Amino acid sequence: MSQKERPLSPHLQIYRPQITSILSILHRLTGMVLGVGTLVLAWWLIAAAIGPEAYGNVQWFLSSWFGRCILLGFTFCFFYHLCNGIRHLGWDMGWGLELATLHITAWIVITAAIVLTLLSWIAGYALKL
Amino acid sequence: MAEFSLPRNSKIGKGKTYPISGPIVRSKNFSVYRWDPDQGQNPTLDNYELDLDTCGPMVLDALIKIKNELDPTLTFRRSCREGVCGSCAMNIDGTNTLACTKPINTITGTCKIYPLPHMRVVKDLVPDMKHFYAQYASIKPWHQNADCAPTTERLQSIQERSALDGLYECILCACCSTSCPSYWWNSDRYLGPAILLQIYRWISDSRDKSTDERLGRLEEPSSLYRCHTIMNCTKTCPKGLNPGKAIAHLKKRMVARE
Repeated sequence: MSQKERPLSPHLQIYRPQITSILSILHRLTGMVLGVGTLVLAWWLIAAAIGPEAYGNVQWFLSSWFGRCILLGFTFCFFYHLCNGIRHLGWDMGWGLELATLHITAWIVITAAIVLTLLSWIAGYALKL
Repeated sequence: MAEFSLPRNSKIGKGKTYPISGPIVRSKNFSVYRWDPDQGQNPTLDNYELDLDTCGPMVLDALIKIKNELDPTLTFRRSCREGVCGSCAMNIDGTNTLACTKPINTITGTCKIYPLPHMRVVKDLVPDMKHFYAQYASIKPWHQNADCAPTTERLQSIQERSALDGLYECILCACCSTSCPSYWWNSDRYLGPAILLQIYRWISDSRDKSTDERLGRLEEPSSLYRCHTIMNCTKTCPKGLNPGKAIAHLKKRMVARE
């Protein structure tokens, strides 16, 4: 028999994205973004400590069109990770692990993350005006 | 580090197409993963066209029809054809399930059929289950009780017996374990949902007295805690069981044990 090494069957390439797995990988990705975002927060605070000029530079960048997009993404990551983190805490207590509940809480987390992001930005612009 | 792409020898090439002649009323295309160890080639995806009017309702019926009428070399496992043996577990239409209980009419477009994901392929749709079974054996999946054997059966109350509901029904088809991305990349040390559900099945059994050893087996960090509650396992289980919940309960038991 001319058996060569057995191939590995396809996995990520063919498995249909599931609401379960998508939310899971989003949780990990948003966690990573939050890590990087914390550095931006630190940059902002350090600039504030250094003085008006440094702070002005950071403010200029963050209030630019590009900076605002980054902050919007960061806000979403924050609220998504927060909401899904609460979902994880429920699971750790043994709650919400039935398939029907998983689906419901998944959509609650997605909706809540979007709504909270929008609300905080609306609040932010309202306070500015 | 997880290997996200397929190794060079596992990339899937274009395969043969088997159209059927004559007028077809209800045509359905099936794309099936093929690999022959004797050919020394990479796997391919072969296309078969079937007339659903002359085919049984389940995906397994289609596979058997292909083997009988179009291509006798097509290789797959099957036995009971009613969802109790677990032999025909495979990836159908993107999720793991049993070919014998998956109706063809729930699949829109071409029906794509692959072996269970991230497994070594023996031939076509037959994955190598050796490692999965070795993991199963490693948890000592039998009744353990050092007490003297009673002269009658070890009786259970109705409540004690019902603690096994949702656990004893597992047929070890490996659909759940091979749906789990964490198992794909950590199966060398992570036991995976099917085997962990079995551990939970034994510690839930009022007749079994080795709970402490069974939980002790899970102290090795990767065997249990590579579960990140992704829950693909529960989503895909063809028997409607909940391995993810069993694992969550195991984690709680581990905390209580300390």
